Formats: sequence, structure tokens, C-alpha cells
Amino acid sequence: MKFPKRPVSLAVSAAALLCASAPADAASLWSMLSGTPDQGTQAAPIAAKKAKTKTATNAQSVPYLDGTYPGRAYDAYYGLVQVQANISGGQLVSIDVLQWPKSRNTSRYINGSAIPVLEREVISAQNTRVDLVSGATLTSEAFLRSLNSALQQASN
Amino acid sequence: MPRETRLLMGMPITIDIIGDGAPLRLIDDVFGYLNEVDQRFSLFKPSSEICSINRGSIMRSEASADMQEVFAIADLTCRETQGYFDMRRPDGSFDPSGIVKGWAIRNSADLIRKAGVTNFYVDAGGDIQTGGVNGAGKDWKIGIRNPFNANQIIKAVTPKGRGIATSGTYVRGDHIYNPHKPGETIADIVSLTVIGSDVLEADRFATGAFAMGKDGIDFIEAQRTLEGYAVDANGIATMTSGFGAFVTT
Repeated sequence: MKFPKRPVSLAVSAAALLCASAPADAASLWSMLSGTPDQGTQAAPIAAKKAKTKTATNAQSVPYLDGTYPGRAYDAYYGLVQVQANISGGQLVSIDVLQWPKSRNTSRYINGSAIPVLEREVISAQNTRVDLVSGATLTSEAFLRSLNSALQQASN
Repeated sequence: MPRETRLLMGMPITIDIIGDGAPLRLIDDVFGYLNEVDQRFSLFKPSSEICSINRGSIMRSEASADMQEVFAIADLTCRETQGYFDMRRPDGSFDPSGIVKGWAIRNSADLIRKAGVTNFYVDAGGDIQTGGVNGAGKDWKIGIRNPFNANQIIKAVTPKGRGIATSGTYVRGDHIYNPHKPGETIADIVSLTVIGSDVLEADRFATGAFAMGKDGIDFIEAQRTLEGYAVDANGIATMTSGFGAFVTT
């Protein structure tokens, strides 16, 4: 993982927000948050847009005070995780990642030796039904704790 | 038998056991084992053995058999990946987390098999060991998540008893400078999925090869027992020559 050069925003739904306070729902929150912005072709995914997520108003949702709230930094397995909650119109609209564990080894080189020609393809969404999914995930516990501490500040 | 998810080791872990033959307490026992692993290896529990080692209050040579085994696998992985996987932090302390996850899933699968169960899976944050077949009697089918859209899958594979793991990040996405072609950048890798003989093999090499960036998929290709699927920042995937054998529709 690489430390972002500038804050990265994630779009969040109000439903995810509600899950954030319930540890039992952490898995579902995680899966909702583990995506990136729209598939970037020319712009790198790091240039995340601040999505204005319009979710159906949930009667249970607690109104938050508008503003930006940095959460506390928490230790994940690989380093510190700190996020900032952005509240607009009383809802969590995006999360900025302020700190993220650095890659343990980011040194790179271009291998000039004979490289086998491997098959390449443009990725495309599959409609296949699957039993389960493999994918990179957020560093969950520290992420959730930091988000929770940010949201507590935003609460009345 | 139930499928159950618990949050342990900083990630959601799901165990699914097919059929009624398993002991009732099996899932509890496996989660209990994973909890013990967490107590021993957690870097943010000051009472853990790994923290004691990092504080210097336990010598590495005095560590438990589990710790010795994980350290040995970490050392081996460091050599096998030419140093791209390295549990040593700059301050001299140890962080074997990159090994612990796959090791713990593999051991959990062994516990389940020893209880007489053949059809199951253990999924820890997207790193998966399957055994046998699913509830419909078919091969377990696993989707590879779109690194740009968490709600989509971009490939479906049947590992048939092998392990599968994905390394990646959603914050990465900068570009590599290619000294051989000045002015041209190569899109960086955002996701690398590896299929190995078991989940420990898949996970440790997914972690090590991901750190190699663009070269990671070539490294996987060069390993006889590993297959891989890498996705770059432009949404272009590269697969190893044997990966297609696992792809299903």
C-alpha cells in the first residue's frame, strides 16, 4: 500500500454510515467501503472524486453537523490509519484517508530480461454467480475505529 | 451447518461448512483457534507474544513453536521474493502479519478437515481456502473483485481445493517510470490475485509479488506452482499462462 499524496475520498452511503457504529455490521461496511471511485482510465484512481451520494433518506439516520472531522489515528497491522469524515447536509458524503500504512517495500525496477508474453485483456464486469469473492480490502478495524471517532465529533 | 462471519484479526472471517456431519462445536472451535492466533500475533495488543519479542522481553530463540514456524516461513518468503517480502521494519522490529493471515486460514482449514469435513471454505478478508464442493455439489466458484468497483467481479475461477488470495490497494495508482522508454509511464498494478497449492502459498506470494509492482506477474509466471491475475491502474489485466485453466463462466 502506498501513502496517498493527497487525501483520497470514498463515497459512502447513509446505510454504510448507520453500520459504522455497530461492530456486528463491520463486515458489510467494509465491503461497501472497499471500492474505489469509478474506473479511471486516464486519471489514476487516486484522483478520487468527491461523490455526492444521494441515498434515500433513512428515518433512523441521525443528523450530523456539517463540517469536516478528522478521526483519531489507529494502529492497523501495517501502520497507522486515520480518516476524516466530511458531513454535508447532515449526511456523511465522503471520507478522506489522511494516513494509511506505507508499503513495506516500494522500490521498483523495470526488469529488462526476457519477459514471457502473457495474455492481457481489458477487465469487464462478469454476471456469473459466485459463492464468494476475493479482493483487496481496507485495513478494517483501525479504519472503522478512526471513522467512528470522526463521526462522534460530528454528532450533536 | 451454519455459515458464520466474525470480525477477528482486523478483518471479517467467514467459515462455511456444508452438510450435517460436522461436530456442532466445530465452527466455535475454529474461531477460538483464530482468536488465539490473534492474541499471540497482534501488533496492537501489548500483551501479545510478538509485542513481547519486539520489546525485547522475549528472545526470538525463546519464542513459541507457532512463532518460530511463522518466522521461518517469513524468512523463507523473504529469500524467495528477493527481499520484496520483508517482515523486518526499519526500526528493527518484526511484523510477520503478512504470513500470519494465510498461515492461520490454512491451519483453520486443516482443523476442519480433521473433524471429517470435506466441503467447506474459510474466507479471511478475501483470502480463501476452499475444500470440496459447495452446497449444490458444484466446485466452489470465486469471483475476483473489480479493484475499481467493489460491487463487481471481473473474473470467476474454480480453484478446486487450491488457495486464492488477492493483494492490492485502492489508494495506489501512480505510475512507474520506465528507464528503457523515457517519457513513457507504465500503469501500476492495483490488484494481484494469486492461486497457489494452498491459501498460505497464495497469500505470501500475492503479498510479495504485489510489492514488485509491474514485475509481480512475471515473478508469479516463473513459479511452477503459482498462477496469477494482475490488474493495472488503467484497467488492463495480465494473466499467467496457466491461469485460464481455472477460469469459469
